[in-house]
Amino acid sequence: MEILFVLIPVSVVIVLIIGGLFLWAVKSGQFEDMEGPAHRILMDDDTPTQPKRVQ
Amino acid sequence: MEASTYNYKVVRQFAIMTVVWGIVGMLVGVIIASQLIWPELNFGIPWLTYGRLRPLHTNAVIFAFGGSGLFAASYYIAQRTCQVRLYAEKLASFTFWGWQAVIVSAAITLPMGLTSSKEYAELEWPIDILITLVWVAYAIVFFGTLVKRKTKYIYVSNWFFGAYIITIAMLHIVNNLEIPVTLFKSYSIYAGVQDAMVQWWYGHNAVGFFLTTAFLGMMYYFIPKQAARPIFSYRLSIVHFWSLNFIYMWAGPHHLQYTVLPDWVQSLGMVFSLMLLAPSWGGMMNGVMTLSGAWDKLRTDPILKFLVTSLAFYGMSTFEGPMMAIKTVNALSHYTEWTIGHVHSGALGWVAMITIGSMYYLIPRLFGREEMYSVKLITTHFWVATLGVVLYIAAMWIAGVSQGLDWRASNPDGTLTYTFAQVVKNMYPFYFVRLMGGLMFFSGMLIMAYNVWKTVSIGKVEEAQIPQAVHA
Repeated sequence: MEILFVLIPVSVVIVLIIGGLFLWAVKSGQFEDMEGPAHRILMDDDTPTQPKRVQ
Repeated sequence: MEASTYNYKVVRQFAIMTVVWGIVGMLVGVIIASQLIWPELNFGIPWLTYGRLRPLHTNAVIFAFGGSGLFAASYYIAQRTCQVRLYAEKLASFTFWGWQAVIVSAAITLPMGLTSSKEYAELEWPIDILITLVWVAYAIVFFGTLVKRKTKYIYVSNWFFGAYIITIAMLHIVNNLEIPVTLFKSYSIYAGVQDAMVQWWYGHNAVGFFLTTAFLGMMYYFIPKQAARPIFSYRLSIVHFWSLNFIYMWAGPHHLQYTVLPDWVQSLGMVFSLMLLAPSWGGMMNGVMTLSGAWDKLRTDPILKFLVTSLAFYGMSTFEGPMMAIKTVNALSHYTEWTIGHVHSGALGWVAMITIGSMYYLIPRLFGREEMYSVKLITTHFWVATLGVVLYIAAMWIAGVSQGLDWRASNPDGTLTYTFAQVVKNMYPFYFVRLMGGLMFFSGMLIMAYNVWKTVSIGKVEEAQIPQAVHA
């Protein structure tokens, strides 16, 4: 099962990348607002026949 | 100058091809299901034999139908939630034509019998290289779009798509490392059990990151949009994302229970598979509970029916999967039709239904229409498809469990009660019911194609404006 000497490091590397991304996401404030993003996609009107959004 | 419209062109292309490849892939599925009942249906032509058509079926439904649906959904969602036009549009167009070229070459080489013999990675090395190029382009387009986003937060769907793009790149490259001998023949650089371990590390994570993570990205956008309600808990969706990512990677060995794989690796695979139940069900609940307080919409809205039913199947197959990974259950279920049933409750019930629902949401919007040509036909499609899946998986459950029990049945003197051929004979009624289920699901796709055709022909292609930020 020498293959585990390849697969485990590869998996650990990917986990480190995921962990790094996670830390970046937390530090850059991606998870500060746990409500807003859910509502924001609903405010984006993607119905084609609607007139352009009035500002 | 900054673009004022979204790039819907590439989304349109992928959305239409999703329907086309869905029909092709499912038709091949129906053909091989018939061949299991009437073997002479290959007409003695090597190209049409089961062994060559089966990988064509899996590649067509997973990578052509599912893949095109994911390209369409991810390009649409990334643009809409980031409020910018796609990054590197020429590359985006390359991903479309490149991906279609991969599919067409698969459809030619697999019936010719050109295969690397790795399940779900059968394509030979020149096609593998093209896949890699397309995938790198995809990553550039997708992450480039996220980087230039106008919104502060990256919506959770994009997290799921991002994880899928990165992971599939790694899985594809590591599993397909091979030494070419001729233009169409190569050998894996791994041998024996090492190769089996890499193959199922790839195979299971392809299920995990292609067929689960990516389609969850679809789910987290299209269910809230279609229900016009925010996701039940955004916080839970983030927890779902990270827990799924950290656990999924290690579940692969459950495909190799009771083989020469070391015992501890088998047990490890089983334990991680069981742990997967928690994030999977968390995500399912999150999607379903989005409808709380608006359940009545399920009565009238067939698109929502598709999306929510897909979650029910997702919950069911993510419960079944960990159970089948338990070694004692696996001893009965492995190599039987039960596995085929399990795969299709995930593939038809979850992946196909979430994709179909999402395409019904997307296609009218891409062609300047408020809704599909016929909402009634969506309802018809929904019922035909749902009954088809239920017939399919119920037949395979009964077939699989009886097959497993028959195989292990022994007489007092230790000899086997049934010969292999006897057990095969017992399968015929179930194969027939499965074919009926498959035919129903396939005919649902034909209804969809008609509806899409009508929608597209009365619709008109117009550019969608990017809303301008309002400065307070």
